[in-house]
Amino acid sequence: MFEQEKGNKGIFLSIDWVTILLYVILIVWGWFSVCGACYDFNNPNLFSWETNSGKQIVWGGSSLVLAAVLMLIEKRFYDTAAYVIYGAMMLLLLITIVIAPDTKGSRSWLPIGGGQKIQPAEFAKFAVALALGKFMGRYGFNIQKTKDIAISIGLIMLPMLLIIGQKETGSALVYFAFFLMLYREGMTGSLLFSGFACVVYFVVGMKFSDDTIADMPISVGEFTVLLLAMTFTIGMVWVYCRNMLAVKLMAAVCYGATLIAMLFSIFVIPFNICWVMLGTCVLMILYIIGLAFYTHIYKYALIALFAIASCSLYYLSNTLFNHLADHQRTRIEVLLGKKDDLRGAGYNVNQAKIAIGSGGLLGKGFLNGTQTKLRYVPEQHTDFIFCTVGEEEGFIGSAGVLLVYLFFIWRLIIVSERQPDTLGRVYGYSVLCIFLFHLFINVGMVLGLTPVIGIPLPFFSYGGSNLWGFTLLLFILLRMDAERNLKRQ
Amino acid sequence: MKSHRYEYRKFIIGGIALVIVLSYITRLAFLQLSDGEYKKSADNNAFFNNVIFPARGVIYDRNGELLVYNQPAYDVMVVMREVHNLDTLDFCKTMGITKQQFDERMSTMKDRNKNPGYSPYTPQLFMNQISSQEFSILQEKLFRFHGFNVRERTIRRYATDYCAHVLGDVAEVSPKEVENDDYYDPGDYIGKQGVERSYEPELRGIKGVEVLLRDARGRIQGHYQNGKFDRKPVPGKNITLSIDAKLQALGERLMEGKMGAIVAIEPKTGEILCMVSSPSYDPHRMEGKQRGAQMMEMQRDPMKPMLNRAIAGTYPPGSTFKTSQGLTFLQEGIITPSTAYPCYRGFVTHGMRVGCHGHGSPLPLIPAIATSCNGYFCWGLYHMLNNREKYPKIQDALTTWKNYMVSMGFGYRLGTDLPGEARGMIPNADYYDRRLGKWNALGVISIAIGQGEVTLTPLQIANLGATIANRGYYITPHVVKAIEGGQIADSLKVKHKTKVEKKYYEMVAEGMRKAVLGGTCRSANTSMYEVCGKTGTAQNRGKDHSAFMGFAPKDDPKIAIAVYVENGGFGATFGVPIGALMMEQYINGELSPGSEARAASFQSRHIDYGTRER
Repeated sequence: MFEQEKGNKGIFLSIDWVTILLYVILIVWGWFSVCGACYDFNNPNLFSWETNSGKQIVWGGSSLVLAAVLMLIEKRFYDTAAYVIYGAMMLLLLITIVIAPDTKGSRSWLPIGGGQKIQPAEFAKFAVALALGKFMGRYGFNIQKTKDIAISIGLIMLPMLLIIGQKETGSALVYFAFFLMLYREGMTGSLLFSGFACVVYFVVGMKFSDDTIADMPISVGEFTVLLLAMTFTIGMVWVYCRNMLAVKLMAAVCYGATLIAMLFSIFVIPFNICWVMLGTCVLMILYIIGLAFYTHIYKYALIALFAIASCSLYYLSNTLFNHLADHQRTRIEVLLGKKDDLRGAGYNVNQAKIAIGSGGLLGKGFLNGTQTKLRYVPEQHTDFIFCTVGEEEGFIGSAGVLLVYLFFIWRLIIVSERQPDTLGRVYGYSVLCIFLFHLFINVGMVLGLTPVIGIPLPFFSYGGSNLWGFTLLLFILLRMDAERNLKRQ
Repeated sequence: MKSHRYEYRKFIIGGIALVIVLSYITRLAFLQLSDGEYKKSADNNAFFNNVIFPARGVIYDRNGELLVYNQPAYDVMVVMREVHNLDTLDFCKTMGITKQQFDERMSTMKDRNKNPGYSPYTPQLFMNQISSQEFSILQEKLFRFHGFNVRERTIRRYATDYCAHVLGDVAEVSPKEVENDDYYDPGDYIGKQGVERSYEPELRGIKGVEVLLRDARGRIQGHYQNGKFDRKPVPGKNITLSIDAKLQALGERLMEGKMGAIVAIEPKTGEILCMVSSPSYDPHRMEGKQRGAQMMEMQRDPMKPMLNRAIAGTYPPGSTFKTSQGLTFLQEGIITPSTAYPCYRGFVTHGMRVGCHGHGSPLPLIPAIATSCNGYFCWGLYHMLNNREKYPKIQDALTTWKNYMVSMGFGYRLGTDLPGEARGMIPNADYYDRRLGKWNALGVISIAIGQGEVTLTPLQIANLGATIANRGYYITPHVVKAIEGGQIADSLKVKHKTKVEKKYYEMVAEGMRKAVLGGTCRSANTSMYEVCGKTGTAQNRGKDHSAFMGFAPKDDPKIAIAVYVENGGFGATFGVPIGALMMEQYINGELSPGSEARAASFQSRHIDYGTRER
């Protein structure tokens, strides 16, 4: 008993108050934004239960209670119950698909009485993080082993599939955040980089496929993608194989051929130099395959595979793109900024940009935003809440929010890194990667930089479910963190 | 178990977060700290300019009879994003449509191919121009149909069954018109044809605006700054046409079952008294929402009832053209009033023959006009074109001739105040050089009698009549007499003098008088006033066209007229009697009982055109 009490005192002293301060700042700031987004001329009382701002106070207050309760639950409990919690959450997700009523086409909301609803998908993340932490902290776990990494990925993919089953693709995509955590735990970076390269190829290739360089018949998209493919491949040989001779040779041939072709095209006869570049790429790939056989280093083969995929992706995606249905093509084109569709797919994003852009340096002031107050931006109090910040608080306010987030994530990295065991660290990285992913996608879509995926901005977006979900994620970590010194005592 | 091996990766993850935040801040700076474009857009959004449509000007005839007026109508609009819990059955019942029609309408509205402006966020047209009765039924239940709204409009109504071509019509602006003129927004109405189109700026007025604060659902939150920036609409100006509704009605009756046109002009002012194009259509067909379907039907009609033949139809003027030839020859000194040319049943020389009918020979100008002698005018042009002393080359002679024609208003648009005017055709030397290479007077001689390459619009023929009535000048014929609180264009008041002196016009007028007294236009003669006239029988691929050009009274003319009946045979068959009836109606204000009977008989004389494409 005595030790327990002393332990609790020690825990109190070890609580990371910086993170809690940041958490409170974000929640309060978020509440003001919800006020701005939901202000109603007919019901100007910000604290009334009738308004979203009033309800958000309740959600915020109950989150603090939840946080306090979570601080009482020992890490031992999670360590023991991780798989049970995971199993139970997966079951809940499965049940939700069946019993949830249809809300705007998705089956992810469970009614909990009083006309309120919760979204189990918001609560599944912590279960996955715990299960991953438990599994990866197991004795003998090695991320390089195919079986171990496969099971880890399986733990991530299962809830994704269930949530996709609920027709909540946006929420499912959040689970990709766990891959960043896996990277921290030792998963090879080339996988992450390949994914990144894929996105870059696709965006650049699609966006500029119809533009030409000067007066020459060269597609900017094709040219850039091929140039990037060369550069990435050469870079990989450099980083992973350290074969400087091969790097110099390939760089000289690839860039040399491209440059000569370019000069020829400019000064002699304009022609599509991409054919030359493609030819050079093929040569390069053959050379790397040759190296693979010659040296018996399997990395060369993988790099060759990457190079082949890189070169073919542009042509493949273009072909696929042309076979898409019209409305799907329009969506992609709008996202890439190739087409303006301000009445349909592009409406939200355009209105959001107008809202933010009209804020200027200092903003229009609290409750003075016309764009958001007059309900121009759809989902402005949930997914598009950042618009209100931009409009009412201007550049200072919105950049401020981003910086607080950066500080918050930086703090969570410190917290995660100081965990004494794998469970704590894996859990901590899972949490911060989820926050980072939400921030990246949500703010990105409001700024028109990332696709419109309906996921909330943590602590800012209106709603009880997501606020509770994020509080749950965070405070389990903070309790674990508070115990960090306990075992060593 | 602590893993230090990959601890460096915390910097990479932190770096990713840093890059994301920094690039977003850069983007924010770009959006918020650059120009004020976005601020303007936000203002445009929030400060909704509620457009108040002015009443369109109404249209009267020259005697103050109301021809066109406005009637309120209502468009049913819908914002799809706000439609929820719609009781479709109740809605359909209220609107008086079936569920199937409802679904059909919804799917066409949402189809971006058919409705390029579709957006679920902005009001879309669900059904246009419902009547006041339908509106009052809907209004009671409107609060139950979330997302549905009503927009007040006016539609054009016609108080007359005639005059469709001149009045024209009004319809929604096309995307192209919106693009070309900042004044218009999609869904606005614009004059499409006739006076509605040519006097669109006067008739439409100026849209007013209320600057309102509104939200994205279109809910009005109040006037901005107590209406400081509101602007009242300026109503459209009422227009008085120069058209005489009674004369127009008679003209359309007389042209029933015939193709062609009648144009009557008040010579002194250039005011068009009637402009009949046949076949015509009932202007009521262009009212309201049936317009589209009616237009389609009429456009498919091989008789082309939409075509205003009076200004857009080009015809060989036939013998009516001879008056202009006589004037030219006199002025150029090719002939004198006493010059007589022989006519042995036609113009015969060098193995060429242009036929004529029996009359005395040789004969001078006045009887030549009265008897419409082909030989006389062919000889005249023959001598003009072959006069190498006066004109060094035949090209110079033809150019001189062409300039005379142009001065009389031929070959170019007269510039009347109706859209769709045609030029007609007056060949010039260049044209023949290109078409024929080497050519001589005989090769082109038929232009002297209004055949060959020469074509005129009925308006140009009537204008020729007005010019002779005025003895040497015309005022651009126009259909609008007055604009309430405005001025008609100066270009419609200018006297255009031809290249021919007044004294020669007197002679030609005398010839036309003789034609009525004892020549080809005898049936136009009346004791009530002195009529001058000239028939035309224009050859073409089918049966001859029947034409008449005249004016009355001879001194101080009140009306000049052209009648053109396609395939009507001799000028005297249809042209002269119709012209005579029209002049009587206008000068006397009514028809005598005998004339009325004749009018009824002409009304029922239809010409069979078959069904060939025209």
